Amino acid sequence: MNDKIKERIYLGIFRLCGILSLLILVSILIFVIEPGIKVIDLNFILGMWQTQDITKGGIFPAIVGTFYLGIGVAVFSVPVGICCAIYLNEYARNTGLVRMIRLAIRNLAGVPSIVYGLFGFAVFVQFLHFGTSLLAASLTLAAMTIPWVITASEEALKGVPDGFREGAIALGATRWQAIRTNVLPSALPGMITGSIIGLARAMGETAPLIIVGATFYMRGIPDSPFDKFMALPYHVFILATQHNHPLAEQYAAGTALVLVLLIFLMALAAMIVRYNFRRKRRW
Amino acid sequence: MNKRSWEGVKDRFIAFFFAANGILTIIILIGIFIFLAYIGLQAFHEISIREFFFGKEWNPTAYGEPKWGILSLVTGTIYIAVISLLIAIPLGVASAIYIAELASPFIREVLKPAIEMIAAIPSVVLGLIGLLIVAPFVAEIFNLPNGLNALTASILVAIMALPTIISISEDVISAIPESYREASLALGATRWQTIKGVILPAASSGIVAASMLGLGRVVGETMVVLMVAGNSRAFPTSILDPVRPITSTIAIEIKEVVQGDLHFQALFALGFVLFLMTFAINLASDIFLTWRQGVR
Amino acid sequence: MTREDVKISTRNLNVYFGDLHAIKNVSLQMYNRSITSIIGPSGCGKSTFLRALNRMLDIIPHARVAGEVILDGRNIYENGTDVVELRRKVGMVFQKPNPFPKSVYDNVAYGPRIHGIRSRDELDAIVEDSLKKAALWDEVADSLDKSAMELSGGQQQRLCIARTLAVKPEVILFDEPCSALDPISTAKIEDLMRSLKNDYTIVIVTHNMQQAARISDYTAFLLMGELIEFGKTARIFERPCEKATEDYITGRFG
Ligand SMILES: Nc1ncnc2c1ncn2[C@@H]1O[C@H](COP(=O)(O)OP(=O)(O)O)[C@@H](O)[C@H]1O
Ligand SMILES: [Mg+2]
Repeated sequence: MNDKIKERIYLGIFRLCGILSLLILVSILIFVIEPGIKVIDLNFILGMWQTQDITKGGIFPAIVGTFYLGIGVAVFSVPVGICCAIYLNEYARNTGLVRMIRLAIRNLAGVPSIVYGLFGFAVFVQFLHFGTSLLAASLTLAAMTIPWVITASEEALKGVPDGFREGAIALGATRWQAIRTNVLPSALPGMITGSIIGLARAMGETAPLIIVGATFYMRGIPDSPFDKFMALPYHVFILATQHNHPLAEQYAAGTALVLVLLIFLMALAAMIVRYNFRRKRRW
Repeated sequence: MNKRSWEGVKDRFIAFFFAANGILTIIILIGIFIFLAYIGLQAFHEISIREFFFGKEWNPTAYGEPKWGILSLVTGTIYIAVISLLIAIPLGVASAIYIAELASPFIREVLKPAIEMIAAIPSVVLGLIGLLIVAPFVAEIFNLPNGLNALTASILVAIMALPTIISISEDVISAIPESYREASLALGATRWQTIKGVILPAASSGIVAASMLGLGRVVGETMVVLMVAGNSRAFPTSILDPVRPITSTIAIEIKEVVQGDLHFQALFALGFVLFLMTFAINLASDIFLTWRQGVR
Repeated sequence: MTREDVKISTRNLNVYFGDLHAIKNVSLQMYNRSITSIIGPSGCGKSTFLRALNRMLDIIPHARVAGEVILDGRNIYENGTDVVELRRKVGMVFQKPNPFPKSVYDNVAYGPRIHGIRSRDELDAIVEDSLKKAALWDEVADSLDKSAMELSGGQQQRLCIARTLAVKPEVILFDEPCSALDPISTAKIEDLMRSLKNDYTIVIVTHNMQQAARISDYTAFLLMGELIEFGKTARIFERPCEKATEDYITGRFG
């Protein structure tokens, strides 16, 4: 009988914890949406930023900045990440080099984003003289995103049955031909899904931008990779902590809501890609 | 025949190209190490290693004699790491058990992507919620002038670490062969006895690894602590004291320094310390994960 | 109790997995201190039938049971049945040996421990006794602390039997316990079952006809979820009443 009561209590606790975790997560969204939704209107999204009176302007330059940043990160991280995954999964055997690459990837995934910021500052801003620019920030965040893309892409490649490769090779295809014609078409949707989610996370990063330099105010929007830029997460940070307008926190919440929506839309798009792919897949 | 060998050359060239991309990851890791070490270690021309690691006071801009002791910063990091993991590990592991062992398939299908979504919420957004909701709440409960302190930051950092801990623990628990559960239940064990006697022991090294990865995230988390930990350089003595961990110190001061001067170098040294800490943590979690695979 | 008493029986037992009707109206008696074997082609519902006998189907979310399973005169599916107590009385050994990743000792002691036995002496005695009954003691007496994963397949299966014996069940269900084992291990486990028969009611699922003929007292033949024929083993194998049974045991299908 004692065991029964214990069982009740413990399972009840687990259940409670599971529900509590979900509740925390849901309440985060509510806490952003509730104050944020009040300031969002067309002008807020499409207007230029006015530092003097934050209630008049909009966050359009920050949206564009984050969007450009996403493109920059994609350009520098997705091809490298996918190629690395192809090497690891399709070409490599268990050599010392491969073990070192895997170790590097796992450790890169654990390096704090602020350390990437320092690294990017030293390498891209100073050493390569890119200055505090869109380019330097993209490269910095790309370094951080590469391990995520690799992990997701490897996952996708592992899902391709070996028969696909063997079939082609048995017909006299080279390894690359087998990969290009049989492996990649099946793995690509999974790779894209993983990459989009990685990009979404990168676009929400703030700490590296503090170091590599986003700005809080600029005229117009950047028109070269060497321009300075505004970004949504950095904007949230400044509004929330360093602005003394009485409504600054509400505007921070509004900006945060736009950022979260942007990221969720990307995640949703990724999930749709994955879902469509799973439905079509025939094996 | 000629065409054949051309294909062979091309194939080898392509293989080399892919390998180069793999090698790039090693280069980045080594690059991070070298750049941080190169700039950071220059600081020790002027700062004594003893003062740096054992000095309690960090005040690089002090008039007269600047102070370079990182002990209070490291203590801030440790405070937040310990408190947040005390919250996140029990909650995370219990949630993982719920999802893997108890929840109906429908709830599982809802919970897993929901938790993935949470992992995608930017930390700056969590910091904002800390400012708007959690800090006032903590201030109210403990009757403080403001709620910007180690406890508040830890609560929010725990939320950051939660998805990592839940999803890895859940993977590990779900991977335990069904036969263990069946065997235990067939011996007349209750579900709780099965969880305690078979599931948790079998998952333990994976859960440790998940917690270590969570620790890595917690130690490296910047935005939340920057926004809600209170940023005091004083040596913390209570969890309700404001603290300033390594990460936020770097974020705050990097904007104020003259590039290339001693303070700048000292911040890189601080970054190097942080890098080594997380490197060690990740390595340890790696060892736990591979050890688990070895046992199987 | 005499040898011919019914220990456990089913009455109009039906099992469904979603839309799949896996067990159809099966009524069967299993006698005290005897071995009943369940034979039939793969997928006919043997494992499902066995799992209905100690409510292991409860852990499959989409499984549904209708009808009765009567153990010592009480329907185990009636409300208020203590499932945990039931599984203690009706133990189960699985097709693939499934020891826990613990030491040999801890595997055997697992059941007694969860049922509240703490004293080291008492546990020692139970472990030794169970391992002896399972004919494994001589092989592992010196290495009780060794991980169970290091034992051979046949030893692991006997360990699983010892683990089941340690909770002192009255009925033991075996689901193709030898199908993953070599002939020598199989012979050992068959001997073991014959000796266990003196104290327990044993139900064994097997698709090995010789095995059923060698060790069991009664045999039931299942086909596509239906009970085709049941009787004394010798009679079933020598003079089957049903054509399907005869075809199956003479190897014409399955
Ligand atoms: N968990 C389950 N979910 C759905 N169908 C199942 C499940 N287990 C068994 N079945 C189905 O029930 C039928 C009987 O299976 P089983 O009892 O395992 O057969 P046997 O042990 O005789 O080979 C099969 O058609 C099988 O596919
Ligand atoms: Mg079976």
